[in-house]
Amino acid sequence: MIAHAALRQHGSLHDPHALAAPRVLDASPPFAQNGAMATTDESPIVTGAGVLHGMRMVAPALPGVVVFAGAFGAAASAKGLTLLEALAMSTLVYAGMAQMVALEAWPGFWNWAAVGSLALLVAVVNSRMVLQGAALQPWLRAHSNGFNAAHLMFLTDANWLMGSRYHAEGGRDVGVLIGAGVALWVLWVIFTLPGHLVGGLVADPKRYALDLVMPVFFAVMLVPLWKGRRAAVPWAVAGLVALVASRLLPGHLFILCGAMAGMLTAAFSPEAAAGE
Amino acid sequence: MNDWASLLVPGVSAAIAAMAFATYLCRISGYFLMSVVPLTPALRRALAALPGSIVAATVLPVIERTGLVAGFAILAALGAMMIRRSEILALAAGLGVAIAARAWGL
Repeated sequence: MIAHAALRQHGSLHDPHALAAPRVLDASPPFAQNGAMATTDESPIVTGAGVLHGMRMVAPALPGVVVFAGAFGAAASAKGLTLLEALAMSTLVYAGMAQMVALEAWPGFWNWAAVGSLALLVAVVNSRMVLQGAALQPWLRAHSNGFNAAHLMFLTDANWLMGSRYHAEGGRDVGVLIGAGVALWVLWVIFTLPGHLVGGLVADPKRYALDLVMPVFFAVMLVPLWKGRRAAVPWAVAGLVALVASRLLPGHLFILCGAMAGMLTAAFSPEAAAGE
Repeated sequence: MNDWASLLVPGVSAAIAAMAFATYLCRISGYFLMSVVPLTPALRRALAALPGSIVAATVLPVIERTGLVAGFAILAALGAMMIRRSEILALAAGLGVAIAARAWGL
């Protein structure tokens, strides 16, 4: 029940990875109708066919992932990360929005406070994953905790969205969730490479507006997230608080302050303000 | 990321490791906390507002710092996105405007 409520409410919670996801699901008949893998009992199911199906479901999301990963690679290069560092970040962190925000807040000087505040920032950006994981729990609980802890490494907005729909339509094969997550992960890492290489070739990143890749890409995400003016009130509060905080506080704490202010505004506003 | 010792000094490797750890905790904690922490409607609303809040909190100060060029670029990108719903097109429009504006000396 909670899973379904969360699915309704968080259909909009995704990275650009996921923007193409609804098209996938609209274009093909629901996999759940493919009787072999769709059963209604609670026994754990993971099949190779499910993994392959999950991988195929990702195909329409390919252009979005390529552009976003490329944009991250270019932005990482503009911030002075080496190719190896950019690839390591895509491989290990594997969270587009968080990686972009971290780059924007990338410190010029390193100490443990800088490392800690980056980790905290990334945790705030990724806190939506907590909700997504919670929503998957009824589906995953038939499997062992160790197995779930392992494949949740590949949890991302797009495979969560695809997997949630598949499950809501009666599918039970966790392989679908895993296949989609692994395929997106591989694409994300691979396409970080050309972005970084192209970005690195440019001697003056500002002249080619590479310093604006992140803010432009980010601002564009507001369009699919838009759910009407009332749901945008927390965003406005977040933006204004961040503007003020950027003058008062050191580093990039303004992102944290703004995001927290937006969350608090939403938490204390009437039900309708959440975009329901 | 050359050797494990680089994780013990504050720097890029340590930061990537810390961010990876923080993200992994986010990925698994919902599944494990599900039975412990009640997901109240207020918490759900807060999490629903989070992506847009992060975008606004990141982008507005960048516009303020970068100036008119960033503002024009973002407006162009938003316009393109509203018309065509294509991230590639929107990015191209935004960066195109910024490149042109800077070439003109803005």
